[in-house]
Amino acid sequence: MTAAPVETGPRGSSERGKLARARLLRSLLPALSLVLVLLAIAWLNPRAISYFGFSLMLNLAIPIALATIAQMFVIAGNELDLSIGTFVGFVGCVTATWLKDAPLVGVVILLASIGVYALLGALIHLRNLPSIVVTLGMSFVWQGLAILTLPKPGGKAPDWLLSLMAFKPPLVPFPIIAALLIAAVVYFGLMRTSYGVILRGSGGNAAALERAGWSLLKTKIVLFALAGLFGVLSGMALIGITTSADANIGNGYTLLSIAGVILGGGEFVGGRVSPIGAVIGALTLALAASPLLTFMHIPPDWQVAANGAILIIVLAARVLISRRER
Amino acid sequence: MASLRLLLAKPWIWSFIGAALVWLATVTFTGGYGGGGMITAALSLAVFTVIVGVGQMFVITLGPGNVDLSLPANIGLASAVAMKVMDGNDQMIAVGLLAALACGMAIGAANYLLIWALRIPPIIATLSASFIIQSIDISYGRGLQIKPPPGFADFANRQILGIPVLAILTVLFTIGAAIALQRMIYGRSVLAIGQNIRAAWLAGVNVGRIRFLTYTLSGALGGLDGALLAGYFRGANVDIGNEYLLASIAVVVIGGTSVAGGKANVPGVWGAALFLVLLLTMLNTFGVSAGVRLLLTGLIIVGVITAAGGQKALR
Repeated sequence: MTAAPVETGPRGSSERGKLARARLLRSLLPALSLVLVLLAIAWLNPRAISYFGFSLMLNLAIPIALATIAQMFVIAGNELDLSIGTFVGFVGCVTATWLKDAPLVGVVILLASIGVYALLGALIHLRNLPSIVVTLGMSFVWQGLAILTLPKPGGKAPDWLLSLMAFKPPLVPFPIIAALLIAAVVYFGLMRTSYGVILRGSGGNAAALERAGWSLLKTKIVLFALAGLFGVLSGMALIGITTSADANIGNGYTLLSIAGVILGGGEFVGGRVSPIGAVIGALTLALAASPLLTFMHIPPDWQVAANGAILIIVLAARVLISRRER
Repeated sequence: MASLRLLLAKPWIWSFIGAALVWLATVTFTGGYGGGGMITAALSLAVFTVIVGVGQMFVITLGPGNVDLSLPANIGLASAVAMKVMDGNDQMIAVGLLAALACGMAIGAANYLLIWALRIPPIIATLSASFIIQSIDISYGRGLQIKPPPGFADFANRQILGIPVLAILTVLFTIGAAIALQRMIYGRSVLAIGQNIRAAWLAGVNVGRIRFLTYTLSGALGGLDGALLAGYFRGANVDIGNEYLLASIAVVVIGGTSVAGGKANVPGVWGAALFLVLLLTMLNTFGVSAGVRLLLTGLIIVGVITAAGGQKALR
């Protein structure tokens, strides 16, 4: 929605300084929201700010962050994935059944599901389909497959996954290390490599990329395959924490992942996404979703509303800053 | 022959052909048993999809990115509001319907307010709004055990010669919607905005007002749908509208409306709604499990969309 400001002629140095400040503020907005939520938690319950407190509060942050990164790849190509939640649920069911009982079959299924994602990217590009409708249809497919894989809640995570997710490093809680790692890897891949620029460019100006000789089909396939890969990682991480699965376990992740990308400073169009912001957005949501609201004694009924309200407040703040940016 | 070719050129005919094929397959499977009853049941259920489908169609026709994701939450809240206002009392039916309509219109107006004030894509605006509506509904409708007034429940279930009264009224409503779309200034303005928002603005269309009206209309239809659903299923429920997120978008697209906007099709919404309802009936008749039913529904929707192809915005 907000186009990049175009440099028109010379500007006064004070004006340029103001512009730079507004931009800095805008890029710091995700981090500021996270700090705000942390301060609120610290004020409401100082004891939560500890190694143990963070391990507990950020328990589910890793799968949310991974799902958010998956959604971010799709959004980078100007598409939207409404099936990521049920996909995470499907991966969870496979992880808790096949991956434990017959690891080889499990790995093949998961690789094949990434392949399905890549195919979807190709289909959407070749037939010029609206991604919302295709992925909405796919959400039923994944949910159906999840129910077929695991008709009743149950199953068990593979032992290696359980011990990985229960890892307790010294000083810094595991979720924080994992979040930093995810952010660093994706940041380097998407923002610092030359093909990462091409991938983002396919969302920024597809026509220009195509004229420059890049295959848009390939970029779309790669973006969707990456989304599938991170969706798989998210489902596996989730089962490593919950230890058993349920066909509906990931349903909330579709909305969380979209909200996370937007909170993290991503734009719906134009390939403007930020991996670090997305991870921060996911952490903010994970903290704001329940620990903060529980400390504030907000009844569970209103926790969904609070998520919506946080989203609207951050977007409103962004509009105020963007106005100054012009 | 020429008229047949003309008929086949209509984009909406395929959804009716699909619905007829699904019906034939089911009737063949049952050996001709229950074919008529199936159509009656399909008509009564399709009504609810058609009502929200028409609202969604107007929104989607506004152009790329325009979609109302708050319909399920809207339906859920309106069903609770209608049941609470009616309070099982036959005299309060009209008041309850008006309350549900007002509730839906308020949600639609709030949606547009968010889109306009925050300058965010409608997807994220209606999504954030739906979070809040959902919470209001959970808190407002908690433990709501009010049954609809007997007169209202009868009305929602009444049939004349095997044809549900609601279906007849909805056909009249869709004819009205088609006239509004093709012959009235409002509908032409919606189409113009969908084709080229800047050109429409330059041509003097009040873009802001038309978009506001369209989101409010979609909200109002969601509210009406919630009240009718509560009457038909004899009670309000937070999850009553959940299936209408996919259904409302799917009937619009399968029915031949362009997702890129600027091209809408009212008859197709009916065909697609009947197709979807009959498809579910068929899968239930075949006795497939819930997992297979979901899987096939999803695959068929993706398949139909792929076959229909899409024309994205020529931006």
